[in-house]
Amino acid sequence: MHFTLKVWRQASPSSAGRLETYQAKDVPSDASFLEMIDIVNGHLEEDGKEPIAFAHDCREGICGSCSMMIDGVAHGPVKGAATCQVHMRTFTDGQEITVEPWRSVAFPVLKDLITDRSALDRIIQKGGYISAPTGGARDANEILVAKQDSDSAMDAAACIGCGACVAACPNGSASLFTGAKIAHLGRLPQGQPERYKRVEAMVAQMDAEHFGHCTLYGECQEACPKQISIDVITRMNRDYIVATATKAPEMAGHGSD
Amino acid sequence: MELKSKIPSGPLEQKWDSHRFNMKLVNPANKRKYHVIVVGSGLAGASAAATMSELGYKVSCFVYHDSPRRAHSIAAQGGINAAKNYQNDGDSVKRLFYDTIKGGDFRAREANVYRLAQVSVNIIDQCVAQGVPFAREYGGLLTNRSFGGAQVSRTFYARGQTGQQLLLGAYQALEKQIGKGAITMHTLTEMLDVILVDGVARGIVARDLRTGTITSHLADAVVLATGGYGNVFFLSTNAKQSNVTASWRAYKRGAAFANPCFTQIHPTCIPQAGDHQSKLTLMSESLRNDGRCWAPVKKGDTRNPRDIPESERDYVLERKYPSFGNLAPRDIASRAAKEVCDEGRGVGETGLGVYLDFADSIKRVGEKAIGERYGNLFEMYQRITDEDPYQQPMRIYPAVHYTMGGTWVDYNLMSTIPGLHVLGEANFSDHGANRLGASALMQGLADGYFVIPVTIGDYLAQAKLPTVTLDHPEVRAAEVAAGARMKRLVDIKGKRSVDSFHRDLGKIMWDKCGMARNTASLTTAMGEIGALKEEFWRNVSVPGSDADLNQALEKANRVADFMELGELMCRDALEREESCGGHFRTEYQTPDGEALRNDDQYAHVAAWQYNGESAAPTRLVEPLTFENVQLSQRSYK
Repeated sequence: MHFTLKVWRQASPSSAGRLETYQAKDVPSDASFLEMIDIVNGHLEEDGKEPIAFAHDCREGICGSCSMMIDGVAHGPVKGAATCQVHMRTFTDGQEITVEPWRSVAFPVLKDLITDRSALDRIIQKGGYISAPTGGARDANEILVAKQDSDSAMDAAACIGCGACVAACPNGSASLFTGAKIAHLGRLPQGQPERYKRVEAMVAQMDAEHFGHCTLYGECQEACPKQISIDVITRMNRDYIVATATKAPEMAGHGSD
Repeated sequence: MELKSKIPSGPLEQKWDSHRFNMKLVNPANKRKYHVIVVGSGLAGASAAATMSELGYKVSCFVYHDSPRRAHSIAAQGGINAAKNYQNDGDSVKRLFYDTIKGGDFRAREANVYRLAQVSVNIIDQCVAQGVPFAREYGGLLTNRSFGGAQVSRTFYARGQTGQQLLLGAYQALEKQIGKGAITMHTLTEMLDVILVDGVARGIVARDLRTGTITSHLADAVVLATGGYGNVFFLSTNAKQSNVTASWRAYKRGAAFANPCFTQIHPTCIPQAGDHQSKLTLMSESLRNDGRCWAPVKKGDTRNPRDIPESERDYVLERKYPSFGNLAPRDIASRAAKEVCDEGRGVGETGLGVYLDFADSIKRVGEKAIGERYGNLFEMYQRITDEDPYQQPMRIYPAVHYTMGGTWVDYNLMSTIPGLHVLGEANFSDHGANRLGASALMQGLADGYFVIPVTIGDYLAQAKLPTVTLDHPEVRAAEVAAGARMKRLVDIKGKRSVDSFHRDLGKIMWDKCGMARNTASLTTAMGEIGALKEEFWRNVSVPGSDADLNQALEKANRVADFMELGELMCRDALEREESCGGHFRTEYQTPDGEALRNDDQYAHVAAWQYNGESAAPTRLVEPLTFENVQLSQRSYK
């Protein structure tokens, strides 16, 4: 197969970027999108030109590194897939494809298609955990968790932290990412003691990182490679209202930290 | 150099307990005076950094990823073993110990493996307390599945994403400590060297991948948790960035490298489709709970698998290993697949594949139940191959997956360099010549949550460490050398891409030091790698600058180390004149084609000591003594 690529090239966070055109020739239809870029980069390197910088690692849709806007769609045309799981057979031979980095104030471009997503880590730092220092945990089977609670916690915990939800959101909101962690921990009995303190702190950090507000467009769940539902945002909002309106942290006798 | 394993005396069951009692402690107020560097943030690194920080040590953690959550542990699918005996099926610490020693073909230390089995139960408790959403029964109790090499159900899992959920648990604990200011996190920063002062590990040299800036970082102890070296084969199930550089630089500074030839080839991966392919994808071993491996009886049978009648199918694992069947250990299942393909009975376009068939299970429990167990894996398979495993059997073929070899460590997880500790897949310690499924997650977390936080205290309490500053000559020298190497790579300005060299290296390793090896293939491989290495340093093209974000340079730096490692792997494989576990020398096999060990001469760990560029490394030996298990030929029949 053959493709014409228009790829965002930007040398550094402070320099101006531009779309450059490349020809991707003799690409097997079984190749993944990233393997197609590998082929282009191989030729660039042989010519002594700088290859296109892009984030990637596991190439099986779980590490959350890869992050490309393909023709304006986060992770491209395949539903429930990360960029690395999109294969070239999905495209038409001869097609022109535009490839850009995630676009968000909170994710500055580092180089070409690589952005700085450390804001997501800082949201987790504020409360995306259950305080359980190593040692002293009681026997695992002493905590009973109903299967439906465990399953729905797992649905939310499947988030890979790629940031596609932010990139797809017209407001640049990180609500799906943050809501997913709040739902994962909040649906489990172990997560109850810190439940309200968690939501307050994580939402405050989301604002501090300049993510936009959620107005329920729903673009995030369409873009999410793990198809996490925006129900998690509803849950986050509900917990947030309870936390701020009723001073629930004290009432709940929250955890030790 | 002598390898002192420091295995505590006393009965096996009491070694770890009595060792913990005998170790020196650092009092709580003094812990904050000690600074520990942790390199890597996978299961071992993140759990170690978080736990040591909780104890009060000052911790710095370094990763080349943009976030610690992206470490390759995230991709582990199937599960984690623990001797909980929740299923009441006869499991115990002793049984997990025995299965692991036997699974490793009697080439691991008894004391380490027993400790691993002991702390396995604490790991599950710890992870549940953190909120890891393990699979459960309707009554709310935890559920289990079976994995290869065991006849009990002791594997805990979170759908097909167990590694992800365990890593997120450790990552969240890590982030909590970072948020409190108790851990300094360095993301997008790659370790280039270990700094030794007076022969003791006192820090690392690291490169900021955003800017190319190279800096030194000093500490009282260094912990490497930098994963395995499977990417020496180019094609493997490892993530693209997984590399040997940290361990390799430690090797060149004097840390002996043990059993490099022990690599695990995983039987159930999606076969390679073509030369463009950048990595291979694992299909979890858990699939063998319900999938049946078969190949056509006839050579070159290209019929649709559904049209091949039962009588013309060879359920190869069930035939050869009736008592373990499809759950035979990985090395054995892989060789069975290779054998079938070598006979010309392989399936798919390349003839390099066998079927993994779910038709019988779907008939037995229904498509819905199979979907609940493996839905995400089936989806992953379909996405890559464009074939629906609910309708037709999967095609699978072995691929490089894990490396049992690694930096030699003593019982305290310290390498032959004082102060340099090594955890998880990066060390060699617990899996012998073959790792059982669902044991890697167990070992990574055992080392990180429960072993190193205790043993590091014993080291620090006794080490008499002089104050070292950044202007110390040994620190300056390491930093300058690291910078010079990067500069040298960008200055070659040759014609070939880094990947083209890496692919060539991988092909040599796979063909000649892969699932089967012999004197001729290994000797040839060493010559070929030498020539490739020579061309690399003359003809590799690394465009751009060393003072910038430069992914081609990152790769070149790692591939250069892989080439040197490849040579050592071949050398190790050549010197180990027996077959055991994943190391199969064609010269040493039983009449029915099983691995033939030589316990008289090779019941030992071989660890290699670096002697400089121009001299051959020295092969050091740590004898293995088995007091609690009977050495026998592994039988899964």
